[in-house]
Amino acid sequence: MRYIPSGPGDRKKLLQALGLDRADQLFDSIPKAYRLQRPLDLPPSQAEADLMTHFRELSRKTLDPHDSAVFLGGGAYRHFIPAVVDHLISRAEFYSSYTPYQPEFSQGTLQSIFEFQTLICQLTGLEAANASLYDGASALAEGILLAHRVKRRRRVVVAGCVHPDYLRVARTLTETLGVEIVEAGALEDGAASLKAVEKVLTADVAAVVVQQPNFLGRLEDVAPLAEAAHRAGALCLVVVNEAVSLGLLKAPGAAGADVALGEAQSFGIPVSYGGPYLGFMAVRSEFVRELPGRLVGQARDAQGRTGYVLTLATREQHIRRERATSNICTNQGLCMLAASLFMATLGKEGMRELAVQNRARAEYAKALLSRTPGCRALFSGPSFNEFVLQVPGDATRIHRKLLEKQIVAGLPLAENFPDRKKELLICVTETNSRAQIDRFARELGREL
Amino acid sequence: MSVEKKPPRRREGLLFDKSVPGKRGCDMPAWDGPAAAELEPRWTRTDIEGFPELSEREVVRHFTRLSKLNYSNDEGFYPLGSCTMKYNPKVNERIARLEGFAEAHPLMPVESVQGCLQVMADLEKYLCEITGMDAFTLQPAAGAQGEFTGIKMVRAYHQTHGDPRQVVLIPDSAHGTNPASAHLCGYRVEEITSDPRGCVHLSSLKERMKEDVAVLMLTNPNTLGVFEPEIGEICEVVHAGGGLVYLDGANLNAFVGVARPGDMGVDVMHTNLHKTFSTPHGGGGPGSGPVGVKQALAPFLPVPRIVRGEAAAWKWSTDYPHSIGKIHSFYGNFGMHVRAAAYILANGAAGLREIAETAVLNANYLRKKLEGTYHLPYASPSLHEVIFSDRNLERFGVRTLDVAKRLMDYSIHPPTIYFPLIVKGALMIEPTESEGIEDLDAFVDAMLRIAREAEEDPELLRTAPHTTPVGRLDEATAARKPVLRWSHGLGKEVS
Repeated sequence: MRYIPSGPGDRKKLLQALGLDRADQLFDSIPKAYRLQRPLDLPPSQAEADLMTHFRELSRKTLDPHDSAVFLGGGAYRHFIPAVVDHLISRAEFYSSYTPYQPEFSQGTLQSIFEFQTLICQLTGLEAANASLYDGASALAEGILLAHRVKRRRRVVVAGCVHPDYLRVARTLTETLGVEIVEAGALEDGAASLKAVEKVLTADVAAVVVQQPNFLGRLEDVAPLAEAAHRAGALCLVVVNEAVSLGLLKAPGAAGADVALGEAQSFGIPVSYGGPYLGFMAVRSEFVRELPGRLVGQARDAQGRTGYVLTLATREQHIRRERATSNICTNQGLCMLAASLFMATLGKEGMRELAVQNRARAEYAKALLSRTPGCRALFSGPSFNEFVLQVPGDATRIHRKLLEKQIVAGLPLAENFPDRKKELLICVTETNSRAQIDRFARELGREL
Repeated sequence: MSVEKKPPRRREGLLFDKSVPGKRGCDMPAWDGPAAAELEPRWTRTDIEGFPELSEREVVRHFTRLSKLNYSNDEGFYPLGSCTMKYNPKVNERIARLEGFAEAHPLMPVESVQGCLQVMADLEKYLCEITGMDAFTLQPAAGAQGEFTGIKMVRAYHQTHGDPRQVVLIPDSAHGTNPASAHLCGYRVEEITSDPRGCVHLSSLKERMKEDVAVLMLTNPNTLGVFEPEIGEICEVVHAGGGLVYLDGANLNAFVGVARPGDMGVDVMHTNLHKTFSTPHGGGGPGSGPVGVKQALAPFLPVPRIVRGEAAAWKWSTDYPHSIGKIHSFYGNFGMHVRAAAYILANGAAGLREIAETAVLNANYLRKKLEGTYHLPYASPSLHEVIFSDRNLERFGVRTLDVAKRLMDYSIHPPTIYFPLIVKGALMIEPTESEGIEDLDAFVDAMLRIAREAEEDPELLRTAPHTTPVGRLDEATAARKPVLRWSHGLGKEVS
C-alpha cells in the first residue's frame, strides 16, 4: 500500500524482532470467533489517477455554480475566497498537526487561535470568544446550555424567526437536560414582535434568542429585546447566520447581547455541501468560565518570553468528565484558520466593503424582482443580503422551472413553513453578478 | 544525534500589532449597479475597533511564520496515543476541493447534487461493511458528537420500550468525552473499575448489570491498547440485563479488516474519520464522527437520511417518526466524508487490513524495544498502542512531563501523556502504520537516550525543551489571570 512506508523486508524484520512468523499472530488477543475469515467486501484499491477520475466524474453530477446563477443562502453562503486562504491552510504545519496539547511544539496553532478569539471579539463587540465550535446549530445549542447553567432556569424563548434547522438541532442537543425551547414566533413585518416575546418572558426563562439578520432576512431591533430579557433576569443570545453582516451591522455586544454565537462559514470556507463549517461563540467576560470548548490564553515561560497555551481547561471533559461545560473535545481547527486568514486579508475596510456590497446587490435584486408582475418583496423593513420574495402561485414549481434554466431561485420556504407556499428566500452575495440578477428577473417574468 | 542547547527560534508578533491604518489585503469585485439606500444609524456600526489592516503580502508572511512554529505530522514522528496521527494522503485534499463538491450548496435541489449524495451513500455502505453494522449516519461533526448521537439513540430506544433507564456504565480507562456525552443525554454516569489486565472485570459487570443500566460505553481496544478478550461475554451480560452496548470506535484502526464490532454484539458505535480514515487533524478539527447501528436502533437515526428515490436517484428523507432529530446544521462534515471515501477506495480491503497489521506491528516493536527501560504498567498484549509509565525514572526525580518535553529536542512529537487516567504518569504511544522502521528506531533511540539522560543529567530533562520557540509556559498563571484576546497595549514584549 503506497501510504505505508514499511516494505516487505522491513515487515519481516519487525516480525522477527517480535519472534513472530505471520502478521495475523499479532491479533491473537482477539477471540478467534470474531476474526474475519474473508476479505472485506469493498471495491478494489485504486491508483491515485483512477481515484481522481472516479471522483471527478461524481463531482460533475453537480450543477456547475459557474455556469448557473445560485441565489441560495439559508445558513450557507457563497462568497469569494481569496487564494491566500487555501494556500496557507494547506501548509502541512497547520493541516497535519493536531490539537495543541504540547504548546512548545504548537505555537503557530495556538497563536492563530488567540488571534481568532480576538477577531471574533472585535466583530461581535464582546469580551471573550472560544476557539470555535462545530457549526452554527451546535453553537446555538451550546449557548442555550450556557444560559441554562448560568441562570439555572429551564426555558428559552426564541424571538422572531431563527433558522429552523438550528432550532431542531438545539432541541435534540438540549431537551434531555430538561430545557424547553419556546417560540414566540409572531412577526411584525417579518421581524420579532417584542410584545409576543414579553408575553412569554416568565421567571423561568434563562435566555431570549434572536437571530440577526433573521432567517427571513429581516434585520432585528436587538436592543429592546435584550432589555426585555435583562428585565426578566434572562440572558440575550444573538445568533448570527451570515457572518459577513457583522462588517456593517451593529455589533451584537453593542446592542445588548450577552452571548453572540453562530456560523462563520462565510469567512473563507466553501459551502462544501454543508460542512465542515465553523461555529463560534463570544460572551461577556463574566461568563468566560462557562464557555464550552477550547480556549487559548497568553502565558510566559521561565525566561519571560510570551507564548500561548490552552487554558481554563478545568471546564473541559478531559478534566471534569461528566461535570464538564460541554462534551466537545476538538474545535474546527482548520476552518477557524481559514476564517482568520479571510478576516485578516479583508481587514477592517474590506469587511465593511464586502458587507456594503452584499447589501447593494441584494437591494438591487430586491427592487428588480419586485417589479416582476405579481411579485413583491414580502417585507418593507430593512434586510441584509437575503429577502423573501412573494411570487404568484406555487413557489416550488417556479423554483423548478427556473432550475431548468440554470437559475437556483433561492429557497422555497414551504419546506420549513408549510403556509409560506408562495415565498422564496433569495440570497444575493458578491458572487452574483448584475448580469445574473438581470437574467433571474427576466426568466422569472417569463415563467409567470 | 547531538542535541545542544540552541538559541530559540524567532517568534512572530500578533496580527494586530502589525496593523497600519489604510492598508488592505483584498479588493472588492466590480459592481456596476446602484448603491443601496443607507441604513439608519441605529442598525449599523461605524468601525470594527482594533480589526487588523494589512496587505496580502504581510498576511501571507505572518501566517507562514506562524506555521513554522508548529511541528507537524508531515515533518516527523507524531505518536500521540489515541489520536491516530497517520499520514493524510494529498490526493484527498485535491478531491475534496473539486468544484462539484466544494461549491455545492447544501440546500440545492437533490437532482442537481447527485454526486455529493452518491459519495455519502457510498461511504455509509463502506462503513457498514467495515464495521459489520447495519446502518450509518454521517451527521456527527466529531467523535464526541457521535457519542452523543449514539447515546441519545439508546435513550430513544429504551423510551420506546417504555423503560428509559438511568445509568450509563463507563470503564475508568475511558476518554473524558464518554461521561460528558452520557451526561448531556440526561444519564447518570457510573464508572466501572478495570481489572489487573486493564480490562472490564466481567464478574463486577455481572453484579452491576441491573435494570437501571441503559448502556455500557466500551472502548475496544481500550485506551491501554488492549483488546477486551471477553467482549462476547460482556455483550451477552449487558444484553441479558436489557441494556445495550456502545462501542467507542476511536481505536478501530487497530483491527480494521481483521474483525468487526458488529459481529461481536455491539449495538451502536461511532468511528472517527480523522483517525482510522485519515482525514487531516487540522490543528484540532474539523473531525467527523459517523455513527453505526444495528437494525433495532436504525429507526432512531438522525434525519435527514439518504434514501433511493425515483429513477434510482438519491434524495433526503425526514420521514422517520422515531428519529432523535437533527444533529448538524446540514448533513455533517461532507468535506471529510469525501476524503474518507477516497481513502477507503485507495486502500481497498487488503490495504485496510495492512493498515491494522502494520499499526499493531509498529506498536509492538516499540513495546519490545522500550520495555524494561520504561515501566510497562499492564502486561496484556498490545494492539495499536502501548502505554508506559514514568515509574522507572522516579528515583531520578524525572516525570513523564519531562520525558515528553525532552523528546521535542529530538524533533519528535511527544506521545499522549497522563492518559489514560488509570496509569500514573502514563506515556501513551501510538505509532500508526505510517512510520517506517527507520522512524521507529529513531524514536527508540531518542527514548533510550532520554532514559540515560534522566540518570546522568536529570536537570536537562526538567528544564526541557531547549530548542523550541518558547520554553515551558506558566499555565497556572495563565489560568488564574486569563488573557484571552489582544487589546491595545497588550504585552508588546521584546522578541
